[in-house]
Amino acid sequence: MKNIWTIAKREYDNYFNGPLAFVVMLAILLPMGIYFSLILFYTSQQAFFGGGGAPDIQPINGLFVFLMVFLAPALTMRLLSDEARMGTLELLLTSPVRDSELVIGKWLGAMLFVLTLLGITLVYPIVLNNFVDPGIDWLVVLSSYIGLILICGTMLALGVGISAIFTNQFAAFFVTLGLLFFLYFMIGLPAGLLPQSGEVFNYLSIQNPFDQMNAGTMTLGGIVYYLSLISLGLFIGTTAIEIRRWR
Amino acid sequence: MIKVSGLTKDYGSRRAINNLNFDCQQGEIVGFLGPNGAGKTTTMRILTGYMPPSDGEAIVAGYDVVEESLEVRKRVGYLPETVPLYHDMIVFDYLKYMGELRHVPDVDERVEEALDMVGLINRSNGYVGNLSKGMKQRVGLAQALLHRPEVLILDEPTIGLDPGQVVEVRELIREIGRERTVLLSTHLLNEAQNLCDRVLIINKGKIVAEDTTENLQARLLGAERVVVRVRGEADELASSIKSVKGVRKVETLDDGGVEFEFASGKDLRPEVARQVIKDGYDLLELRPLGMSLEEIFLELTNNEGKK
Ligand SMILES: Nc1ncnc2c1ncn2[C@@H]1O[C@H](COP(=O)(O)OP(=O)(O)OP(=O)(O)O)[C@@H](O)[C@H]1O
Ligand SMILES: [Mg+2]
Repeated sequence: MKNIWTIAKREYDNYFNGPLAFVVMLAILLPMGIYFSLILFYTSQQAFFGGGGAPDIQPINGLFVFLMVFLAPALTMRLLSDEARMGTLELLLTSPVRDSELVIGKWLGAMLFVLTLLGITLVYPIVLNNFVDPGIDWLVVLSSYIGLILICGTMLALGVGISAIFTNQFAAFFVTLGLLFFLYFMIGLPAGLLPQSGEVFNYLSIQNPFDQMNAGTMTLGGIVYYLSLISLGLFIGTTAIEIRRWR
Repeated sequence: MIKVSGLTKDYGSRRAINNLNFDCQQGEIVGFLGPNGAGKTTTMRILTGYMPPSDGEAIVAGYDVVEESLEVRKRVGYLPETVPLYHDMIVFDYLKYMGELRHVPDVDERVEEALDMVGLINRSNGYVGNLSKGMKQRVGLAQALLHRPEVLILDEPTIGLDPGQVVEVRELIREIGRERTVLLSTHLLNEAQNLCDRVLIINKGKIVAEDTTENLQARLLGAERVVVRVRGEADELASSIKSVKGVRKVETLDDGGVEFEFASGKDLRPEVARQVIKDGYDLLELRPLGMSLEEIFLELTNNEGKK
């Protein structure tokens, strides 16, 4: 356990060594801020004309997930691929650290970074709470943030798993991006096109459980779904490292 | 401390090492010598738990490298051949990270201690990437020493160091080798000769010789060769030496000196000296010509190649 934490801590610090952390922060917080102000502006106008509902944070949290489809691959691409390319994997693999601890530590490091981002976005519900009367439903906010943590964890775990397979970080980036794009948009796509039974595809998309949680409905199925995908990603990563040892 | 038996490793269809057997005791510095591609790095990677062997077994610090890999890794310090480092980290932070992964107590002090040992204490706040090649090598060495391992495995530790540093690093290794076990690979034969208690010569994945450097020289020669020089003209010197019983292969050199051989073990130098003086020469020099490790090395690795 200590090893996982040691690795996660270094990975977290390492994000801030280069420009990546700031690029990702900007790429996610700026669109969210703009979107949030637009929503506030729009709903306050509607309220002025005497219509419309109260604004809520659902749409901007949805935007966070949408942007993460593109940013999660950037956060995970070099986590393990670069260690293999630079040879530093030899140091880690000859340290008293289990392969699984290494992979989980890398994932946790990325996770801590995303949790930091999510922490910053908490200003939106807080601002909103002061805007609407009688305040917003914090249970819905809680459910939405649990959903965010789970879906982001899933994307990062798949990214870490793929990063362990490649020695080239750009290969890892594009494969992860392709996979997340597929899981996010493509699986759900036939649902709109097929007249019947298309809903099954919608159900399988990684968007689906999040959308429910974002709306305030926690489902056990959704939680299990994300946790299994997280385990799968970490398992793929660990196996890829083990295969690297055996060659 | 290290016990290797029947160790074999195949990369696909290429056999990198073939049925290696050797052991290293505590307090011993063992040199691993061999030409490029002999299998030195491969063997070291197996001993450090980086990869499992295809066959055979290795016990390091009392634990099996496959079955109890984590226990082995706790007790081994390793300097890989490529000296992998995180270039975007501060030297101190890098070593601290490696120390934390190894659960080193009082890690800050131990990092300072290791940096002091390799003479880099004044660079501890700089980036690893900004160090010179030799300094990086020493950071790698500090990393290997940090947790005071029982067994130290160093893949070409002095490569890329300036002559002054080579001397210091060898001194350091010698110091460590007094109580702990050191296995180091090198292409530098004089390094093996003056640093190691014992040498393993490996070629094409097989150990072709294993002994102390002195014994290797003697064993390989099977005979000892000596050069004799006297003052003035020495036309008859050769026949004078030939008259000593047991002397073989007498040759007169261009400069007037004479070389001869005797079977190793029975030193004929006193007899030869007496004979030369009795025959009225002024003896100036009577010097054994040891075969250098270079010659031994070439001999062994070439013979093996011809087979
Ligand atoms: N990762 C690998 N994949 C395939 N073959 C390898 C690999 N690593 C080493 N080999 C092969 O195994 C053999 C032994 O290589 P090794 O690196 O152990 O030699 P070495 O004694 O360390 O040589 P050098 O003195 O050049 O460092 C070589 O034929 C090499 O090509
Ligand atoms: Mg090598």
